[in-house]
Amino acid sequence: MYEHDVLIIGGGLAGLRAGIEVTRHGVDVAVISKVHPVRSHSNAAQGGINAPLTDRGDEWEGHAYDTIKGSDFLADQDAVEIMSSEAGDAVIELERMGVIFSRGEDGRLGTRAFGGQKVARTFFVGAITGSALLHVLYEQSIKLGLGVYEEWFVTKLIMEDGVCRGVVAYDIKSGKLHTIKAKAVIMASGGSGRVFEPSTNALICTGDGLALAYRAGAPLMDMEMIQYHPTTLARTGILLSEAARGEGAYLLNSKGERFMEKYAPDYMELASRDVVSRSEQIEIDEGRGIDGNVHLDLRHLGRDYIEQRLGYLEEVSQEFLGISMAEEPVPVRPGMHYIMGGIKTDYNGATIVPGLYAAGECANVSVHGANRLGANSLLDTVVFGRRSAIHALEYIKSVESASKSEVDLKSEQVRLQSILDRPKGESIAKVREDMAVGMTKGIGVWRDQSSMEGALENLNNVKTRVPNVSVEDKGKVFNTNLLSALELEFMVDNAEAIVHGALMRKESRGAHFRTDMPERDDENWLKHTLVYKDDNSNTGVRTETSPVKITQWEPVKRVY
Amino acid sequence: MIVDLKIKRFDPSDSGGKTWWQEYSVDIHKDSTVLDALIQVREYEDTSLALRCACRASICGSCGMRVNGNAKLVCKTRVVEVAPDGEQIIVEPMGNQHVVKDLVISLDTFFDQIKRIKPYVQPDESPESGEYIASNESMENLLTSMNCIMCGVCVSDCTVLEVDSNFIGPAALAKAWRFVEDPRDSKKESRLSELNNEDGGIWDCTRCMKCVEVCPKGVSPMDRIMELRESAIESGNKNTPGYHHTESFYNSVKKHGRLDETRLAVDSAGITNVTRLLDLAPVGMKAMIKGKLPPILPHKSEDHKNVKKLYNKVEGEEK
Ligand SMILES: Cc1cc2nc3c(=O)[nH]c(=O)nc-3n(C[C@H](O)[C@H](O)[C@H](O)COP(=O)(O)OP(=O)(O)OC[C@H]3O[C@@H](n4cnc5c(N)ncnc54)[C@H](O)[C@@H]3O)c2cc1C
Repeated sequence: MYEHDVLIIGGGLAGLRAGIEVTRHGVDVAVISKVHPVRSHSNAAQGGINAPLTDRGDEWEGHAYDTIKGSDFLADQDAVEIMSSEAGDAVIELERMGVIFSRGEDGRLGTRAFGGQKVARTFFVGAITGSALLHVLYEQSIKLGLGVYEEWFVTKLIMEDGVCRGVVAYDIKSGKLHTIKAKAVIMASGGSGRVFEPSTNALICTGDGLALAYRAGAPLMDMEMIQYHPTTLARTGILLSEAARGEGAYLLNSKGERFMEKYAPDYMELASRDVVSRSEQIEIDEGRGIDGNVHLDLRHLGRDYIEQRLGYLEEVSQEFLGISMAEEPVPVRPGMHYIMGGIKTDYNGATIVPGLYAAGECANVSVHGANRLGANSLLDTVVFGRRSAIHALEYIKSVESASKSEVDLKSEQVRLQSILDRPKGESIAKVREDMAVGMTKGIGVWRDQSSMEGALENLNNVKTRVPNVSVEDKGKVFNTNLLSALELEFMVDNAEAIVHGALMRKESRGAHFRTDMPERDDENWLKHTLVYKDDNSNTGVRTETSPVKITQWEPVKRVY
Repeated sequence: MIVDLKIKRFDPSDSGGKTWWQEYSVDIHKDSTVLDALIQVREYEDTSLALRCACRASICGSCGMRVNGNAKLVCKTRVVEVAPDGEQIIVEPMGNQHVVKDLVISLDTFFDQIKRIKPYVQPDESPESGEYIASNESMENLLTSMNCIMCGVCVSDCTVLEVDSNFIGPAALAKAWRFVEDPRDSKKESRLSELNNEDGGIWDCTRCMKCVEVCPKGVSPMDRIMELRESAIESGNKNTPGYHHTESFYNSVKKHGRLDETRLAVDSAGITNVTRLLDLAPVGMKAMIKGKLPPILPHKSEDHKNVKKLYNKVEGEEK
């Protein structure tokens, strides 16, 4: 059995930022991550990180309002105020840690434009911002001596008397289960992209942390809010960052028209993501697409500019489509990208489960509401990663060390063994794919009552198959087959909360666009949806709503 | 499209471990990558096959493997590139690192080497407010090395590491370059002298170019190492055989218009370094027996005046 004061699940940006904060306070902490920290999905972020830097005339209120408008007024405004006002310091701190942000003529940090914002306030490192940030936070973690359980997989949160007291985790390289006790646990386990097919997310984004918290009694909030990114590559679903449009790329239909003129005359290609994705889908559905895609055209930017500012994008387009963006337009379409929903927390990262905090993509603070602005997620990870650490540090002051009980370890050993002992059954990959295709179909760019019910029916069918999937690899070392069985169960829990959240919300707002109820309904639905796991109910869930926190911005109609 | 794969397997659970080759055929889309093919195997043909992969977009650095003998990121390698006529594709774990299972290698030594170079900026002081002021060029310059995703591909195929595991290695040295070049770092001098003096440091690279060839992100580690050598010399580190070698090479060609190899060997070792010179003696003897010993006394090339002119021209341009 291992023991720490604070245990952080996840070595991405949110987890490392939290870990750095705790280490700075001289408190015993460890990070646990199913992949080496630099392999975390944060590295995939391309475009940048938003911050209103007040020393150059920007105002945090401007960023806060753009974020709230982007969220279709579903974000909690007190949380957004905190994020926007702390953003400047957070970005400057990253620079001082060693991030090599692009600069302007004056040698100060330079910006690029991003969607849904009238001011260019996105700070960036070429088109590898996430990777550059993640590697620098990892450098700092080395400097500070932050310990990491590398390639350890959390299978369960340990709950004692309703309080979270650590985890049971599987050491992937030895195949052994261990207890790690802690006074506080910070969940920073990232998103759930693989619940959908296709998705821009890495194969490791299986919503483990959301499911772990959900099973421990924490509600998942606004899970129906799934972001479809407007520019994902044909076939593979790999992302081409919004930075392309931020730098001036056009979206064209089969007639060569910049169709955003019709849908968002002011913002054009840089309207909010949900708006651009839906516009593309209309063009495609009405027959003005190109083999199910639209074109992203960068040719007018010129090869030098593309290579200098968007080098990684050119690399991706060359590798996966064999197309140079400087010469040809790239076929793109909307694709699942981000989950705005997540474990409900307050603006200090606290969940309703004592001892359990959450930050980053797995959490819902809520700063993204019904639609996240591009480049706000990296900001979310560092601001709330830090805050959750600070508040966990406060919390543990009055907490005794955990008990020495290993009952959870024993029950997990039995559970994992029973999975290994199953007779040959269905393929995990097939069951996942059936679930994920059904989710994309039912909870897509557009949805309506019957599509969502279809997704539920599909999911219920999938659920009956999950206990029969088999693990043929019986080995101890690096048994990824066993891990994918566990990840499948996590994804199914995510899907359950998503479908129930979606069925609850009887209006259209941000990413949740119902063709059968196309209007936003502030009177009845200026609310968060909450889904709790409930094994006593016949649906398996209990649902609730909670009010949205409005501080200074009354909801108005959202036009771009 | 049918893809034929031959994969090197390793099962550690047998006492001492068991290695074997296994063949698979999978049917996948014609634009697929080698990773897509491997995933297809793992998901539907043989779920016990172990490999690491995550982002599928050549940014997380998980999926380094050897494909037909060269280390690559398999997510970045299209099947048609390596098997244009439907040849069988041979996949093995990366080299120079210990195999955990099948295509999964241990990254422990890789990250230990990274930690050796103190991989974080060490500024003297922070600005009172705001960011450090630095030119965009100086930051963009660092991008070459920031593009490194620590996939370990260069380390896998490094020919020095094959024989000397103490070599810091291409990835860690490219990382060291990033801090030496970073205008915010205040430890440039001490970093350079450590890299210069350390056993396994910058002078142990043999310039075989292999890392430049295999690096999937254009980091060109060897070029970074050469730049480190230059910077080390510029900041006064002249105590290494590497430096003496460079200097002797330079002087010899300048003076004689050709290389005086005997002199080069002696100079590189250091004329007072008796042990090293004695080490060289048997090599000299063998060379003599085979008639390969270069002339003991230097002789000038006919064109040596022109060579000198070239020197003057190039050095004039540099000034
Ligand atoms: C292609 C792409 C581009 C993007 N571009 C941008 C952008 O330009 N700007 C922006 O702001 N946002 C962007 N985003 C979103 C942003 O990158 C992510 O939301 C954010 O990085 C998530 O960080 P995180 O720390 O919460 O999680 P992650 O970085 O995903 O880290 C999760 C961690 O949890 C660990 N973990 C998960 N499950 C377990 C388990 N069971 N046991 C142990 N460990 C576990 C993982 O190992 C990992 O270390 C992009 C997203 C994608 C997919």
